[in-house]
Amino acid sequence: MDTGLLIEKIVLIVLLFAVSLGVAAYLTLLERKVAAWMQDRIGPDRAGKWGLLQPLADGGKLFFKEDFIPANADRFLFIIGPGLAMGFAMMTSAVIPWGPNIQAFGRDIALQVADVNIGILYIMALSSVAVYGIMIGGWASNNKYSLFSAIRASSQMISYELAMGIAIITVVLMSGSLSLREIVDAQHGFWNDGYFTWNFFKQPIGFIVFFVCTVAELNRAPFDMAECESELITGHHTEYGSMKMGFFLFAEYVHLFIGSAVISALYFGGYNFPFMDYFSGNTLAILGVLAFFVKTGFFIFVIMWIRWTLPRFRYDQLMGLGWKKLIPISIVNMVITAVAVAFASGWFSTDKKDQTEPASAKMEVVADKQKLTLNQSTIKH
Amino acid sequence: MLRSANFVGLLYLNLMSDVQDYIPIVLQSLVVLAFVVGTLVFAPKLGPKLSSAKKDANWECGIEADGNARFPISVRYFVIAILFVLFDVEVIFFYPYAVNFQALQLEGLMAVLIFVGFFLTGFIYVLKKGALEWEK
Repeated sequence: MDTGLLIEKIVLIVLLFAVSLGVAAYLTLLERKVAAWMQDRIGPDRAGKWGLLQPLADGGKLFFKEDFIPANADRFLFIIGPGLAMGFAMMTSAVIPWGPNIQAFGRDIALQVADVNIGILYIMALSSVAVYGIMIGGWASNNKYSLFSAIRASSQMISYELAMGIAIITVVLMSGSLSLREIVDAQHGFWNDGYFTWNFFKQPIGFIVFFVCTVAELNRAPFDMAECESELITGHHTEYGSMKMGFFLFAEYVHLFIGSAVISALYFGGYNFPFMDYFSGNTLAILGVLAFFVKTGFFIFVIMWIRWTLPRFRYDQLMGLGWKKLIPISIVNMVITAVAVAFASGWFSTDKKDQTEPASAKMEVVADKQKLTLNQSTIKH
Repeated sequence: MLRSANFVGLLYLNLMSDVQDYIPIVLQSLVVLAFVVGTLVFAPKLGPKLSSAKKDANWECGIEADGNARFPISVRYFVIAILFVLFDVEVIFFYPYAVNFQALQLEGLMAVLIFVGFFLTGFIYVLKKGALEWEK
């Protein structure tokens, strides 16, 4: 890895870090403003114009609050819990492609920290270890409410992960790659060959399953079993104060931001937008990044809208929805997609010239296998 | 035998990534680690510190705390956890298949349909056994 690339990546990482924190901070304000708007109130308006300095005031206040640790808590785990929650939340953004490549300083800069070819698996893995923060924090507090919250949260998150995983498989199956960059590039533009290119139009059921699961993974209403204020006070962070509580809240909003970004990348074309072929170079890159943020912002708004509209589920209803409805729906959707793609590729056709050639680039083993069958057939004749 | 060797080979080819691709992720995790550890170490020093027996007790809505919070919980949660492990392992098998969907052609599709059949059999068994009934 040469020095230029290294510097480029470090700048990108620091920038992304700042953007994630800034967006998460302002999402707290946005949430209160949206709530106020939906409930016909004004919302925070004292700190700065339209309350724009409210996140800074909140953050500053949290820093100067007393850092409280209950006497009979497990001190080490109590401290490490919020750290894990925050750390994993901030690392998820690494594999998301934020826009087309940008040309600057004579270099072709990819707006993605790491284009690993297991991109979506990386996100799934980090979002499932994120539950450890809640679980460890809730257990270490030695508070009954926190413990209930921790158990509920982990059980809910693992249940919805199954349906979410299967919904992602259908997308992977259609784009043939786990890399988010390739999944987004496969949805180039908006309209191609008489049909929409975005995965949403090809996978509406998969999208609905994925969206519901994302909301559940985010522990947000109507799935906010983990911190239902009216039953469990605030759940896993009941005993927390100061920046430790701040970390839990922050992690939640960072997850909301990243979750919405993943939804728009997987199903709504990421940085692709209609008529993008009329632009090129840096104009395209900037418009692409804007398009991506507009989509992400839209999904953040929808998730907030849901929170202030729907009442909370009961726990058995939540488990019933996850296991008995979403998993069968996504499995059936996966099978139908596989058969439909196979049919479209002409695998069922008896006419050999209709068949698509196997994608050979990455398939050296398959090539060997075909050679093998060829040899066998020559021997037979 | 040959078929399984092929499958492992496919998996290996596709999931093997250039190690260099992961360097930025390591860098990002270092930045995050520095931020998290820094905040957790320095933020507590900024606030006041007061302690007394009553204040350091757990908060249970103003009622005297009764006993330890680490008590046995409903066995339902453990059933869910075990089922998750079972089904998640099966779901993981679909990922390498989905990536190689175009390469494995009809033969692969048939194999996966049979596998989905096994998956659904297990799932229906769990449903009929009532393992997912939250309340009886």
